[in-house]
Amino acid sequence: MEGPLNDRLHGSRCAGCAVAVYPADPACPRCGGPAAPAVLSGTGTLWTWTVQRYAPKSPPYVVPAAGFDPFAVGYVELPDGVRVLAVLDIPPEEVVIGMPLRIGAGDGVPRAATVGAAV
Amino acid sequence: MSAEDVMICGAGITSFARTEATGRQLAVRAVRAALADAGLPWSRVRAAYGGSDAAGNADTLVAELGLTGVPFVNVRNGCATGGSALVSAVNAIRSGAADVALAVGFDKHPRGAFDPRPADWGLDEAYGHEGLMVTTQFFAMKIQRYMHDHGISAQTLALVAEKAYANGVRNPHAWRREPLDAAEILASGMVNDPLTRYMFCSPGQGAVALILCSRAVARQLDADPVALRAAVVRTRRFGSFEVFSPWAPTGTPISVSTDAARLAFEQAGLGPDDIDVCQLQDTESGAEVMHLAECGFCEHGEQERLIASGATAIDGTLPVNTDGGCIANGEPIGASGLRQVHEIVQQLRGRAGERQVPDGPSSGFTHVYGAPGVSACTVLTR
Repeated sequence: MEGPLNDRLHGSRCAGCAVAVYPADPACPRCGGPAAPAVLSGTGTLWTWTVQRYAPKSPPYVVPAAGFDPFAVGYVELPDGVRVLAVLDIPPEEVVIGMPLRIGAGDGVPRAATVGAAV
Repeated sequence: MSAEDVMICGAGITSFARTEATGRQLAVRAVRAALADAGLPWSRVRAAYGGSDAAGNADTLVAELGLTGVPFVNVRNGCATGGSALVSAVNAIRSGAADVALAVGFDKHPRGAFDPRPADWGLDEAYGHEGLMVTTQFFAMKIQRYMHDHGISAQTLALVAEKAYANGVRNPHAWRREPLDAAEILASGMVNDPLTRYMFCSPGQGAVALILCSRAVARQLDADPVALRAAVVRTRRFGSFEVFSPWAPTGTPISVSTDAARLAFEQAGLGPDDIDVCQLQDTESGAEVMHLAECGFCEHGEQERLIASGATAIDGTLPVNTDGGCIANGEPIGASGLRQVHEIVQQLRGRAGERQVPDGPSSGFTHVYGAPGVSACTVLTR
């Protein structure tokens, strides 16, 4: 399947602490020791979310060519032991804590969608 | 050296309503009011600490206050600006470096939401371009998960804001002084689910100054001093959940507010059960709900019953944000932390007017929380 969600997140992991982070950081935020690059899982569950109901201030926000539409955003918990902030390509009324999601790198910030959704 | 050695002998505040005044002009007014309250001249101040986030350097205030040569340290510590200035002033008194010290916090922000830049937070520009550099999203996501875990309802969020506006009506220096009921607050338009427009504070303006002194100086004054039993500032530890985080660790988040509150109570030799009135950071309704538990005033989830019962109202068993908090006063970042302390000082003196907590409260607590994971707490007694 083609699409941004197939582009896995490139984070990092500390061997000593088993702490994973995104984006990759050469140092572990917990112990300060070296962290190695790690490709993170492409699936997870939604830990929390909200909906951006109004257009954020521009700059820095870049309004899409088609105009602003409210969008969902949330933290996706991965089996790697990290929660990653992502734009949710899901209609706001369908978003529920705990829902299984696919997550990928997208063009800029991470993006997530329901498992099985064509993205 | 015991914490009882530090007294607040003067407190000054400006109106937090929008005016044409600059942040520095507000700061000068607040300092003069605090000095008058203490009955001390500016020349008597031996150390000064203060700052703003967006309204200039505090040390330049000497041009208006008087060129006495006093050492004046600028503090710029986000939401903990006031708290950090206060801790510095406390340390100056405790160390003996000064017997009279000033802490001042002031600010003036443009209307509308704050507009942080990704680079200042070490983030890729994409987080700004794609609309994730929005502080309100974080607060919404934190309370969203908290409601899920602890059974807090949207009605409770509305009741917190309803109380804030009701207290603002009774506070002559508040910005928002019109009552709003829970139904209006719930219907005011969703900003970031589950938070509606009237559940949020807005960036605003205001200034607060406090004059601190040793107990020996306080005895000579005709002022009405309050003991500052603890003033602490902490930054986050690993495992917390903070604004502008592209990732967060798993597990139940820990809280820098919990760390700061515990340390403040330990220093004061008191506990949450001993507190008669408190001010908790309420940048939005959810924050007050969560900070009640994070600071130790109730169990997680207990807020649903407590708030509905009226416990946190001015005449309740634990009055919270008696001056209307950030929701009714707005958020001038540099001033809010000291506004809370000013309110407790007035409550303990019995000088809080229409918003006075009944039966002579004798102990109070203040708490601020801010990005990127900082908290300042104080404990005061009569």
